[in-house]
Amino acid sequence: MIRLENVTKVYDSNAGPRTILNGVSLTVSPGERLGILGRNGAGKSTLVRVISGAEPLTSGHIERTMSVSWPLAFAGGFHGRLTGADNLRFICRIYGADYRDKIDFVKEFTELGSYLNEPVQIYSSGMRARLAFAISMTIDFDCYLIDEVMAVGDESFREKCQYELFEKRKDKAMVMVSHSRRYLEKTCSRFLLFRNGNTEEYETFDQAYHEYKAMLQDSPAST
Amino acid sequence: MPSDIVTGTGGGMRHFLYALKVQRRVVSALILREIVTRYGRSNIGFLWLFVEPMLFTLAVTALWTATRTVHGSDLPIVAFALTGYAAMLLWRSMPARCMGAVESNRSLLFHRQVRILDVYISRIVLEFAATSSSFVLLGITFWAFEWLLPPEDVLEVIGGWLLLAWFGMGLGLTLGGLSEKVDLIQKFWPPFSYLLFPLSGAAFIADALPPSARELVLWLPMLNCVEIIREGYFGTKMTAHYYLDYVLIFNLALTIAGLSLVRQIGMTSNTQ
Repeated sequence: MIRLENVTKVYDSNAGPRTILNGVSLTVSPGERLGILGRNGAGKSTLVRVISGAEPLTSGHIERTMSVSWPLAFAGGFHGRLTGADNLRFICRIYGADYRDKIDFVKEFTELGSYLNEPVQIYSSGMRARLAFAISMTIDFDCYLIDEVMAVGDESFREKCQYELFEKRKDKAMVMVSHSRRYLEKTCSRFLLFRNGNTEEYETFDQAYHEYKAMLQDSPAST
Repeated sequence: MPSDIVTGTGGGMRHFLYALKVQRRVVSALILREIVTRYGRSNIGFLWLFVEPMLFTLAVTALWTATRTVHGSDLPIVAFALTGYAAMLLWRSMPARCMGAVESNRSLLFHRQVRILDVYISRIVLEFAATSSSFVLLGITFWAFEWLLPPEDVLEVIGGWLLLAWFGMGLGLTLGGLSEKVDLIQKFWPPFSYLLFPLSGAAFIADALPPSARELVLWLPMLNCVEIIREGYFGTKMTAHYYLDYVLIFNLALTIAGLSLVRQIGMTSNTQ
């Protein structure tokens, strides 16, 4: 279980302190799949990083009794000047896993070929997504945090993710941020809308999506 | 292993020991990653770690030997240059590597167990290993060629060296932490450290100075440490001047300041 209690995150900015998370309380239980909708720049990625534990809180409390992945996102998690294989080595080391057992799976899953020995900074976003996803699969997490990356893959990548995440790891929890309506609707069991630094939960995806659309029309994105 | 990744369970001592284990894992992974990006896999690879400081010391020794620079004593010049320059590399390289350390590892902070302090520790450990091994290897090499004699009191040399490394660490953490708050630190430190360089004992011993000037420059902790190193090295051949208690207090204060500055990083800044 992951439990956020009254979590607040304030950043310093040129315009003074900016509140990104404003007293978020949230519980993720084993096996649950949360989908989070929200406007660009509203703080969804911050929320995901806070859940992962990589981001210090301004106030509030987080309790984690299951292992949580790092946020699988376009930016972060990899060192740009290291090769894909070196990044795998680094991540295996810090999570206490043996790199040699994992390299074959990563090679096969990512289909990166010789790119695995090139610096990650030259990868396309699709290649990064495949690498991030494959590496996170090699370490046994109870909860996966997925920040947009799945949406960019091609058909074959999505099928493989589908198999790895939804068939082999059916019992794992997931927190997913995406703009892809179809993807969230298909894969998630709980739906949250991120608004004004807080989350609102809806019974069905349609309700959440309706509110999301209404919010976008009410006040066009200013952030 | 899955339970290995869970945080917030267990209490007290067990939790502390576990956290220590994770930190050791992270720091060693960061050191290996630093070696790969800094020295690459090609050419002589991470051997460069030793060769780089070695070339510096060799060049300076050659220069000083050739010009017979006045350093205020009749101490053997090779050993004098080696102790002075190696010590200078030790205290200057740590701050140089600590400033901007967060920026180049920012993307790795996405992993919960990687803390900002770990980034600094890994760079400090790497610098310490590099400068220490170049000091030792060069000393042994020169000794083999009979250019210098081994130290009279090895333990005192080690003691002075460790004291200086501690100072470098405190300075690295402090300047690293400050540079995240104030960008200008990164610009001002290099010229400032050039100003300190001639005063820090690389090219003179304190005994050669008039007493009033000596008391003034001994406010610099690195000069005190170099004096200890040289006292261990040359023993009876020189009179050393230093204040051990002053250096200890200075180092302690610097370390506390550095740790608290590092802790402040990331609390309010956007790490994205």
